[in-house]
Amino acid sequence: MSKNTCFHCGLNATSTKITFDDKSFCCNGCKTVYEIFSANDLTCYYDLQQAPGTTPKDIEGKYNFLENLKIVDQLLEFNDENTQIVNLYIPNIHCSSCIWILENLNKLNPSISSSIVNFGKKSVRVTYNSEKYSLKNLVTLLSSIGYEPYISLDDYSVGKKQIDRSLIYKLGVAGFAFGNIMFLSFPEYFQVSGFWIEQYAPVFRWLMFVFSIPVVFYSAQDYFISAYKGLRSKILNIDVPIVLGVLVLFLRSTFEIILDIGTGFFDSLTGLIFFLLLGKFFQQKTYTFLSFERDYKSYFPIGITKITSKEKEESIQVYDIKKGDRLLIRNEELIPVDCILIKGNARIDYSFVTGESKTVSKQSGDKLFAGGKQLNGTIEVDVLKSVEQSYLTQLWSNDVFKTDKTLAFTNITNSISKRFTITILLIALIASSYWVILDSSKVLNVFTSVLIIACPCAIALSAPFTFGNILRILGKKKFYLKNASVIEQLAKINTIIFDKTGTITANKETTINYEGATLSASEEALLKSTLRGSNHPLSRSLYSLLDEHNIVSLDTFKEHFGKGIEAKYKQEYIKIGSAPFVGHSSDVATLNTTVHVSTNNTYKGKFTFYNAYRKGLSQLFNALKKEYDLVILSGDNAGEKDNLTKLLPTKTKLLFNQKPEDKLEYIRYHQSEGAKVLMVGDGLNDAGALAQSNVGIAISENVNVFSPACDAILDASKFNQLFNYIKISKSAIKIIKWCFLLSFIYNIIGLYFAVTGQLAPVVAAILMPLSSISIVVFTTITTNILGKKLE
Amino acid sequence: MSVIYILLSISIIVAIGFFIAFIYAVKKGQFDDSYTPSVRMLFEDELVKEQLKPSIKTKKTN
Repeated sequence: MSKNTCFHCGLNATSTKITFDDKSFCCNGCKTVYEIFSANDLTCYYDLQQAPGTTPKDIEGKYNFLENLKIVDQLLEFNDENTQIVNLYIPNIHCSSCIWILENLNKLNPSISSSIVNFGKKSVRVTYNSEKYSLKNLVTLLSSIGYEPYISLDDYSVGKKQIDRSLIYKLGVAGFAFGNIMFLSFPEYFQVSGFWIEQYAPVFRWLMFVFSIPVVFYSAQDYFISAYKGLRSKILNIDVPIVLGVLVLFLRSTFEIILDIGTGFFDSLTGLIFFLLLGKFFQQKTYTFLSFERDYKSYFPIGITKITSKEKEESIQVYDIKKGDRLLIRNEELIPVDCILIKGNARIDYSFVTGESKTVSKQSGDKLFAGGKQLNGTIEVDVLKSVEQSYLTQLWSNDVFKTDKTLAFTNITNSISKRFTITILLIALIASSYWVILDSSKVLNVFTSVLIIACPCAIALSAPFTFGNILRILGKKKFYLKNASVIEQLAKINTIIFDKTGTITANKETTINYEGATLSASEEALLKSTLRGSNHPLSRSLYSLLDEHNIVSLDTFKEHFGKGIEAKYKQEYIKIGSAPFVGHSSDVATLNTTVHVSTNNTYKGKFTFYNAYRKGLSQLFNALKKEYDLVILSGDNAGEKDNLTKLLPTKTKLLFNQKPEDKLEYIRYHQSEGAKVLMVGDGLNDAGALAQSNVGIAISENVNVFSPACDAILDASKFNQLFNYIKISKSAIKIIKWCFLLSFIYNIIGLYFAVTGQLAPVVAAILMPLSSISIVVFTTITTNILGKKLE
Repeated sequence: MSVIYILLSISIIVAIGFFIAFIYAVKKGQFDDSYTPSVRMLFEDELVKEQLKPSIKTKKTN
């Protein structure tokens, strides 16, 4: 390991001279964590992965709300006399070392009896002795080793959620029965007559019957329910012919063995249901570490400090906040309600709400909106509105958030199933009426055979397997879809709407322009050295943009929160910060963020920060313009309008100063005119628009951080690939259509046997799995070829 | 009684045994998280080393 990086977290540790045990650390926080681990014989943590840690954050007072027993009670999964179990979400879990250290928590504190990590869900389930230990102690311990749990309003009273495992059970039952029935039907496949078969056939047949009962009445349950619901609302969905096939298979087979005229089709029956459930299981790819259903609750804290009339601090639940309450907001805490600033310097980060990363300074008496994060010390505020009535949270009372998008949408399989069902019934009727004339003893046989062989197993499998595979391929390319129906919706899009800030501009990258008197080389060196000591986001980005200079060690350095920095080196004196701070009065109000510089009390100039547009933006828009209507809906002012018109195709519509409700209404209006809208956004302010659109994609620079409720999450680095992803979804639809064609061919072959009245169980037992398996192979190969093309 | 009945019942009993094991595993949540156990399995060696340390110490004192 190189000497220059922090042994704990891997950050650069050249400038700091913190060493312990011959290892260098970037800060005291990292050193403390190392000390804790080495004191408890837990240094294996560092053997598993190099520099796995995260710097612990200062959380003084942040978790005081965990002293409130009412809140704690809601968070616990289990609470009995002296044992408590809690499941905590820890966003920092990222490697095997994390799993190891979190599962060895009992070595750090003996009151913890066990802790189990779920890596996919990034959660840890801790059991501890509540007599000697409390939830607050546990959270503090976790934070002190760099694994701060994330506790939000969303966790409130959902601790007792049940996991739905019914599909695995159903699949298990079907697979078990299928395997055994195949086994039992083997003798009859090969030997049609003979003493042996005649003597033992009934035993084998009745055993098969017994095995098939749980498959039909338990495993296939969902298909019966869905078909019934479809018929009740007069829709012939794909489950109708499936259920028809299953029922006919079961009844005919049962009659056959009762009357002792044949083996029945129990093997085909259970195989069919097993394959169908397998398709369902395969399609059910979920990204457990992502959530597509988030509303403001996941962002909001659960408890907040209230200052009572007797100047005492008290932790209360967020829902208990009333108008007129005086609240204490600590550093890094989120403001849960609309309020007025009373005391302290507010520096608010509204990035949760607007996606805008710049902070806003507020003075006493200013109004603060819910959703902002305080970044500069402690403030006191007076509450104006309760949580549900705040400006931001009101958006969620809109009906859009209550409707389920997938319900209103007829998927590709269901859209052909209507014609398919009617055709099959017609063929069955025509064939039977033909046999009425020719040989009436075969009528029932032919009629049921048609329904059996036409059971659309292969059709029902094409979509789940194709979409399931595409879902996985896109997931590897950092495009995470909520479910399979999003792919179908995406293929039908004709209008694409983008948000501006945070969506087509990058939050991480900024371009900086300098205006004013040129700085001398020594001044620039001083400027860079001064910025180096500051942790303010603007200082960091300005520092990384300046040219390399000799770093000098400053004589004095002082940071004034919310104003700027001043430093002195030999004779040179520098001030960096806001216009009033550097002594520049005639500041023209600009729409952009600026940093002013003065040296030796003379004003030099200002650095203006612009958001940089994402790489490949124009190429993407130019590729998209041929097929889609493009719109930019921005909540910002029109400051960037000229720049954007230059950059983007002329056809692109640009709309500025759009409030969250405006965006939603704009999309609703265009949908009423027949547009299929894809909305690409990032912040909570786009949440309404994302929900209203046919497909809502949230852009995220870090997918582990929260993004608003949406249909898909796209990693920001893959933004320029958006067009390719839409093309893939279109190809997926094509693949499914080819699959349909393929399964029709199998159906025609099968129908030949059925209509001519010679459908033997062995033919069905070969044809049905063969069609299903070949469809699965076909979709897997073609979708993988598509995936390869993406590279 | 033909031997086929014995064979059939044995095969079915064995199959049902495995089926019950499967149901039990699902119920215990063994299929809920398919990733973490694969990593956890690799920690076993480190844990043994940790447990050995105190035993060496006690030997020395004896």
